[in-house]
Amino acid sequence: METVRVTIDGQEVEVPSGSTILEAARIAGVDIPTLCYHPDLDVKAMCRVCVVEVVGARTLQAACTQPVSEGMIVKTSSPLAREARRMNVELILSNHPQDCLNCIRNQKCELQTLAEKLGIREQRFERRSRTKNNLDISSPSLVRDMEKCILCRRCVAVCQQVQGVSALGPINRGIDTIVAPVGGCELNSVACTLCGQCVHVCPVGAIYEKDDTQKVWSALADPTKHVVVQTAPAIRVAIGEEMGLEPGALVTGKLVAVLRRLGFDKVFDTDFSADLTIMEEGHELIHRLQNGGTLPMITSCSPGWIKFIEHFYPELLDHLSTCKSPQQMFGALAKTYYAQKAGIDPKDIFVVSIMPCTAKKFECGREEMTDSGYPDVDVVLTTRELGRMLREAGINFATLPEEEFDAPLGISTGAGVIFGATGGVMEAALRTVYEVVTGKELPSVDFTEVRGLEGIKEATIDLDGQKVKVAVAHGLANAKKILELIKEGKADYQFIEVMSCPGGCIGGGGQPIPTNKEVIKKRLAAIYDADKGMKLRKSHENPAVKALYEEFLGKPLGEKSHHLLHTHYVKRGKYKI
Amino acid sequence: MAFYRAHVLVCGGTPCELGGCRAVKDTLLEEVNRLGLSSEIRVLETGCLGPCDQGPVIIVYPEGIMYARLQPGDVKEIVEQHLLKGRVVNRLVYHEKKEEAKSVVTFESSDYFGLQERIVLRNCGRINPESIEEYIAHDGYRALGKCLTEMEPAAVVQVVKDSGLRGRGGAGFPTGLKWSFTAKTDSNQKYIVCNADEGEPGTFKDRLILEGDPHSIIEGMAIAGYAVGANKGYIYIRGEYKLSIERLQHAIRQARELGLLGTNIFGSDFAFDIEVRSGAGAYVCGEETALIESIEGSRGEPRYKPPFPGVSGIWGKPTVVNNVETLANIAPIILNGAAWFRGFGTEKCPGTKVFTMTGDINNEGLIEVPMGITLRQIVYGVGGGIPGGLGFKMAQTGGTSGGCLPKEFLDLPMDYDTLAEAGSALGSGALLIMDDSHCIVDIVRCFMKFFKHESCGKCTPCREGTTRLYELVTKITEGKATNEDIALLTELSRVMQTSALCGLGQAAPNPLVTCLKYFEEEFGAHLNGYCPTGVCTMPVANVKVG
Ligand SMILES: Cc1cc2nc3c(=O)[nH]c(=O)nc-3n(C[C@H](O)[C@H](O)[C@H](O)COP(=O)(O)O)c2cc1C
Ligand code: SF4
Ligand code: SF4
Ligand code: SF4
Repeated sequence: METVRVTIDGQEVEVPSGSTILEAARIAGVDIPTLCYHPDLDVKAMCRVCVVEVVGARTLQAACTQPVSEGMIVKTSSPLAREARRMNVELILSNHPQDCLNCIRNQKCELQTLAEKLGIREQRFERRSRTKNNLDISSPSLVRDMEKCILCRRCVAVCQQVQGVSALGPINRGIDTIVAPVGGCELNSVACTLCGQCVHVCPVGAIYEKDDTQKVWSALADPTKHVVVQTAPAIRVAIGEEMGLEPGALVTGKLVAVLRRLGFDKVFDTDFSADLTIMEEGHELIHRLQNGGTLPMITSCSPGWIKFIEHFYPELLDHLSTCKSPQQMFGALAKTYYAQKAGIDPKDIFVVSIMPCTAKKFECGREEMTDSGYPDVDVVLTTRELGRMLREAGINFATLPEEEFDAPLGISTGAGVIFGATGGVMEAALRTVYEVVTGKELPSVDFTEVRGLEGIKEATIDLDGQKVKVAVAHGLANAKKILELIKEGKADYQFIEVMSCPGGCIGGGGQPIPTNKEVIKKRLAAIYDADKGMKLRKSHENPAVKALYEEFLGKPLGEKSHHLLHTHYVKRGKYKI
Repeated sequence: MAFYRAHVLVCGGTPCELGGCRAVKDTLLEEVNRLGLSSEIRVLETGCLGPCDQGPVIIVYPEGIMYARLQPGDVKEIVEQHLLKGRVVNRLVYHEKKEEAKSVVTFESSDYFGLQERIVLRNCGRINPESIEEYIAHDGYRALGKCLTEMEPAAVVQVVKDSGLRGRGGAGFPTGLKWSFTAKTDSNQKYIVCNADEGEPGTFKDRLILEGDPHSIIEGMAIAGYAVGANKGYIYIRGEYKLSIERLQHAIRQARELGLLGTNIFGSDFAFDIEVRSGAGAYVCGEETALIESIEGSRGEPRYKPPFPGVSGIWGKPTVVNNVETLANIAPIILNGAAWFRGFGTEKCPGTKVFTMTGDINNEGLIEVPMGITLRQIVYGVGGGIPGGLGFKMAQTGGTSGGCLPKEFLDLPMDYDTLAEAGSALGSGALLIMDDSHCIVDIVRCFMKFFKHESCGKCTPCREGTTRLYELVTKITEGKATNEDIALLTELSRVMQTSALCGLGQAAPNPLVTCLKYFEEEFGAHLNGYCPTGVCTMPVANVKVG
């Protein structure tokens, strides 16, 4: 590796050539403060907080972007650099509500942390407000509060570069600049997938999930309601983090325990319906393969992804599996199969989902999602909202014992758990499809080619002579690449898994803050640990799923399944919901 | 070619056109026809002749007599008296607005033109800008031919380097050096961009060059293309410049027809073509990286540099961005050589500079003078002094973002380096003269309003800072400011100058900073509740007498 020698605050260091001043300074042990910079994004040099003095340069340089060169002498805290850094933060603060106590990001806010780090104690400019009509609550998932926006444009970058959606952009100029959905419309009137990735990158409290905790508190307090909860695969590797444990802590048993403490009547697991999804989707794939159905077939469990294809590629909707997502399959069964079994009137059953995802709030409100005769799922809470409830209830997460999910909708396999990670649905499907088609037992259940954080992954499986080529994409910009291939007739895959969020659900828009590549890697490892720790690791071996077919559904793709577990899609087009 | 006894040039620049030169030209043609003079007298429309506040203007050759402020009704007299009988119509002759006795002025001998040196404006007002033949007859496209048939690209770059030509778009970056970066960068595609955005208030030199001599820009761009290995050019031009756009498009068509654009130019294997793109009109779009964003179809906002456009510009390809005036210098440099060019101007800034003089000055308009001429020579020589017997208060050089220089600087040579030392800039050559009836704080307030409006909003110090500068300066004009406000203004200015992303935010505080320095007393008076010129209304309780 080529290196250059630079002097940072009097200390000479050797750093890889091409490093930015920021990276070089870290090697020299100096953490230059930043604000708009984000390690996973290409956002550059806009906030002017990381400016440093480079000897010989006409102006200060943005450390996050300026590459080092041989012999460069950098002063990160020279009087000019300090003055500019402090005043730029002061300028931002004086155009910011500074409403920390009421703010959703209090104590998790990068602006607050920065101001504290720099010890900013006064603003000498008159306070002003960036915008009057600041609150956009039009969507079922996200709230945008543009008065708090500091115009770092990370949300614009993630939406365009990572998600390929470009729903957001700057409008107006100068002091009137704001970041807004295309054309200055409300979020709900543009082609936004509600994936919530913008929440993760937003340094402040300007974008956040719509809080539905009050609905859950009310249901729990209502003696006429039988309140059941399902937890998505990705929650068990994230809620610990939300409660102050290390990222990647696997806390399945504690999660069950805290939900019981909160007062849920039954604590179930979306992993159960994930296994069920594999049964339905796996058979759908086999059916399409054997009967000349539309191929490649694409998974349908990620609601942001569904909204994306409905907006941008409505002509390709036939490629989607007709399976509902595991959350919605669960809801439909909770108010039919489970209601029957437990002898409870479905109108009294209240289904709460704990999801890593903001788009799930939208999904549960889709009009197709009432096949039980009621809204299949009543309320979706994100991981962060559950954390909020637990903190308010004062539940001591760390000292609780581990508990087991309730039967029957809490019984699952390792195949259900890995739904939480990119490649997981594919791997779970392959475990089942292989054994169903070939009638043989898999030598190893680990399909490692489809694991990991590569944007697009491919694999080929031999089903007794029939070669099946599969692809996995996460992050909608990657999905877009595959859809373009399909459009051009160049996609030679039979089966494709798409998850909206980078890393899959573990990186979902409802997960703890911060969620970034570093953290995602740790959650990913935890998911596969959870899979390994399961006695059963193939969906078709799930005894509760088997019983469900015997007692209620009949067979995969049968009449009842068709009615309760499958759905259809809407051609939305780009600029209308 | 028919032989004409006389040529009448009618100024067709935009200001004159607004003043009614079309009607003047039409009447002229009518009158010439009526008197049967059409085979002897040729009426031509040309680009701007300079003294724009005097339009419509015509010049009668061979005498070079200039008539100004013409109405269609005046034309009959000129045709009957001057063109038919050879008697100059004194009543209508152009007079410099000096207090002295009125005298007949010929185009070349007036002070207005006498101090001037025309390289860039060599053809403006002399040829019909819509005729490629006339451009060619005045040595047009000879330089391109010379490059393509006699010179290696590297030699072309070298001549431009040796000439010492510096970019006329504002920063004064050496043009040859800029070209050499792009020439050195390997790429299958490179671009030449002519920056004709000209968003600076009070500046219209580029427009008049384009209107008066569009082929000089096409030729300059083609030479640049050959020198650096680019075969595609864009002219990024303000949308409002309708006439320039028309003339450019016409000129490009003509050049294509004659094979001076396209493939195998001059029988060589060099190919070059040009596309005209009109801009959205924001000031910041003149900044080269914002301009590139705009050409690519994005919001016109500056990019972080490096990479510089010369290495990575349009669509990430190496791109030379040059100002109109810079490009207009190229052909003469190639034809006459670097040494010839160095014969004008100063050692570090050879050549001439086109200035647009506006404000309290007798001869408002366009001038081309050698670099290094003093402010006094411009104001009191070419400019004809300040009207109404008022005193000189300050000159702002370099446009709205330039510094304001008081009379102590009248003998300052006008070039990039001395002006930068004085806290100002040569910039694009806008020159705003103010007489002593103006309040300096109020003037600064207007400048700050401009930047508040023009900030693109991308980076913090400029987006927030321009508004804060305006608020605080307004506070001074209202007599409500304190010493702390001045300290805050000073600090904020420094932070913007050192940390804004692009030149707009970096330069926005310049007029304020120079005025705080050079007009300290006047600011002080405002802090004490008193506006010396009486322009600002102060709270009554604070008014101090005299
Ligand atoms: C805010 C701003 C506005 C500018 N506007 C113009 C302009 O209108 N025309 C121009 O030629 N250069 C303008 N420039 C300078 C260009 O960025 C660039 O330096 C120039 O076009 C290079 O050409 P030159 O080397 O021939 O001077 C502007 C710069 C800034 C920062
Ligand atoms: S966004 Fe941050 S700084 Fe702003 S009010 Fe919220 S917590 Fe405070
Ligand atoms: S909403 Fe958040 S992420 Fe988007 S620009 Fe504003 S502060 Fe940045
Ligand atoms: S300095 Fe001003 S114009 Fe330039 S990038 Fe920053 S906000 Fe935009």
